[in-house]
Amino acid sequence: ASPIPAPNPRPDIAYNKIFINNEWHDAVSKKTFPTINPATGEVICQVAEGDKADVDKAVKAAKAAFQLGSPWRRMDASHRGKLLNRLADLIERDRAYLAALETLDNGKPYAISYLVDLDMVVKCLRYFAGWSDKFHGKTIPLDGDFFCYTRHEPVGVCGQIIPWNFPLLMQAWKLGPALATGNVVVMKVAEQTPLSALYVASLIKEAGFPPGVVNIIPGYGPTAGAAISSHMDIDKVAFTGSTEVGHLIQKAAAESNLKRVTLELGGKSPNIIMSDADMDWAVDQAHFALFFNQGQCCCAGSRTYVQEDIYNEFVERSVEKAKARVVGNPFDFKTEQGPQVDEEQFKKILGYISTGQREGAKLLCGGSPAADRGYFIQPTVFGDVQDSMTIAREEV
Amino acid sequence: MKKQGSDGNPAPVMPALPEPLKDLKIKYTKIFINNEWHDSVSGKKFAVFNPATEEKICEVEEGDKADVDKAVKAARKAFELGSTWRTMDASERGRLLNKLADLVERDRLILATMETIDGGKLFSTAYLMDLGACIKTLRYCAGWADKIHGRTVPMDGNFFTFTRHEPIGVCGQIIPWNFPLVMFIWKIAPALCCGNTVVVKPAEQTPLSALYMGSLIKEAGFPPGVVNIVPGFGPTAGAAISHHMDIDKVAFTGSTEVGKLIKEAAGKSNLKRVTLELGGKSPNIIFADADLDAAVEFAHIGLFYHQGQCCIAGSRIFVEEPIYDEFVRRSIERAKKYTLGDPLKPGVQQGPQIDKEQYQKILELIESGKKEGAKLECGGGPWGDKGYFIQPTVFSNVTDDMRIAKEEIFGPVQQIMKFKTIDEVIKRANNTTYGLAAAVFTKDIDKALTFAAALQAGTVWVNCYSALSAQCPFGGFKMSGNGREM
Repeated sequence: ASPIPAPNPRPDIAYNKIFINNEWHDAVSKKTFPTINPATGEVICQVAEGDKADVDKAVKAAKAAFQLGSPWRRMDASHRGKLLNRLADLIERDRAYLAALETLDNGKPYAISYLVDLDMVVKCLRYFAGWSDKFHGKTIPLDGDFFCYTRHEPVGVCGQIIPWNFPLLMQAWKLGPALATGNVVVMKVAEQTPLSALYVASLIKEAGFPPGVVNIIPGYGPTAGAAISSHMDIDKVAFTGSTEVGHLIQKAAAESNLKRVTLELGGKSPNIIMSDADMDWAVDQAHFALFFNQGQCCCAGSRTYVQEDIYNEFVERSVEKAKARVVGNPFDFKTEQGPQVDEEQFKKILGYISTGQREGAKLLCGGSPAADRGYFIQPTVFGDVQDSMTIAREEV
Repeated sequence: MKKQGSDGNPAPVMPALPEPLKDLKIKYTKIFINNEWHDSVSGKKFAVFNPATEEKICEVEEGDKADVDKAVKAARKAFELGSTWRTMDASERGRLLNKLADLVERDRLILATMETIDGGKLFSTAYLMDLGACIKTLRYCAGWADKIHGRTVPMDGNFFTFTRHEPIGVCGQIIPWNFPLVMFIWKIAPALCCGNTVVVKPAEQTPLSALYMGSLIKEAGFPPGVVNIVPGFGPTAGAAISHHMDIDKVAFTGSTEVGKLIKEAAGKSNLKRVTLELGGKSPNIIFADADLDAAVEFAHIGLFYHQGQCCIAGSRIFVEEPIYDEFVRRSIERAKKYTLGDPLKPGVQQGPQIDKEQYQKILELIESGKKEGAKLECGGGPWGDKGYFIQPTVFSNVTDDMRIAKEEIFGPVQQIMKFKTIDEVIKRANNTTYGLAAAVFTKDIDKALTFAAALQAGTVWVNCYSALSAQCPFGGFKMSGNGREM
């Protein structure tokens, strides 16, 4: 495999506005908000702050692009696949830049942005490119003298609200299927990490997607996000984020126009280690399951159940491994763990750690911030955790 | 091509129509939990009425939150890993569904008579159509039980990956009064086929046939707790289901207004999965090149079937200008050919509306049609001195902004409007927040295929209306629902 190209830790920010109809717009209100580098706590740049008025503009553009007879509606399904493959090509071309941008805005180690996040983004888009012309309906042997068939038609204008933990990957997971099936999109990216998605918007235009097919709005949940979930002219909302906000999204969908809802929310996933497991492999996997991406994964294995007879050894080895984890500048190739994404998460996690100690869990390593600036937290292991404790029940 | 049932084509044909049972005894009026009959926790009961006579048929135990809680506990226990239901072969679930179909066939006359008395349905329709659909749906789903496949997937990396299609768990099912038994079967059959357990709340207007099914479900051999039936009202028992923290999915058929409350309650409580089958204002588009006789007949039945109380009613009929006058004339003639009366009696073509609330709502909408300037061609008011009967009513010269062109009437009121061009009628047909069904009548294949794709509706009929069968998926676009049944 080719070596990872050295990153530019100060990538130029070319795109920080709202993307509608393949053009860049200021917010209707002219407001902007800062996006922060979590490794240093410093502002990277200002970004246009989308709100309801901008969502309305985007939905209008999306609707026009979805009208019967439009270029997008008339396009061969296979050609939609071609455009998705072209987008994948462009992302591959700009892989190093996107990985650096992702690390700058999110804090994840550059080596991982480059090798894992960007790899999965490209694969996801190519996978869905392949599906575009394979969405089959059925012919059905109905009772009576009838000919019956089903058609799988695009839902329409899809509102998509994505999180900050895997900004590019979450964007690909949302765009891939929606575009492969012929929908049009109004996407709100997380306020913590808007930059990489906005750069991809420029690639969407370069790849040749017609104007209005993809529209991207940086902004906040209670404003831009809520405008999407309660919009009367959006046919479906897809949200990835916290369960708390998932409740709000479904309520808003119900109260407005009964738009279809899909939700990917939080987790507290159990990882069960039986005594006949390969010990080395289990410790390794359990470590990865929790600590990957600074613990910021919906599927994190955050309750590790170890069978009694191997418990002590397992705990000892896990602590050793956690202590050896290298925390530092995410652009450094030696770094395994970067900062948490922002101050709010940083404080919340430290709060859980102190609750864990208060409720009687045994702090075996870590437990404190790992640096003087930026949102770094030491890899932390708790032993003797009881199911009733807060750290065993709530998503940290 | 020989028609089914004719000489040389021995395919099954409709059974002969018997007379309704003369002295139907209502045996089951309690709450069905764990294959047993329970009084309501509160001790309350509610009355069930015959809409043709306004007389009380009987009283039924009134379920509320406490009864729903009991039912959910029973359903949860029946769903526990290792339970009889969970360890049953999928094919055995199919066998039980087929057995239930056998029992429904055996008691077809009882159920049809009950459905007529409780629901105001024409007996011939209840016996031939409703019961026929119930039996076929049960048998269709019985056949699927052991054919629910997962996949093996060629994932990247050194992994073996497979999907399993597992039952969701405890399914809350809230059903309406217009097709009480059919809606009961449409809900339980797919759910049981996939291995779920259910808590069903039948409509307060029409609980009797669902409760009778409880006795057949027990007789067929379904383990206790797999099906539980809690009669009661929407704001109490229904809301208890949609808010319940231990129900994994809620399926609702009813009005769009209540559908919104259900989805919201699900979102507020435990994010249970939601499927909704709601209202419609379905467009029926008739071109000048259509077979006019067939179009008039299908448009008529498409609206007036079961006193207009169908979610799929073709309640906006767009007729191409050149044939408009003739179409209206023939539709009026057809609507006038009606005998109203007791739906148990043969020779009656139209029964009552389900209850006073619906009756008043329909009359109010008829008045709005008159006020807003539509031309009343026939009917237009109540009929008879008791029972909730309304004359078959036809409005012509209806324009898109009138209330009768926009709101779901759910009564025997037909709206006929005029159109000129294809683009115009596509826009007008789609100009609604509903999207359940639609139809187009034309002999031109290009028009037929264009409309099949252009109409924003879950089901589009070409040269027919209301063609439904257990094999087809059913559901709406936009605010006519979320998800598909069957």
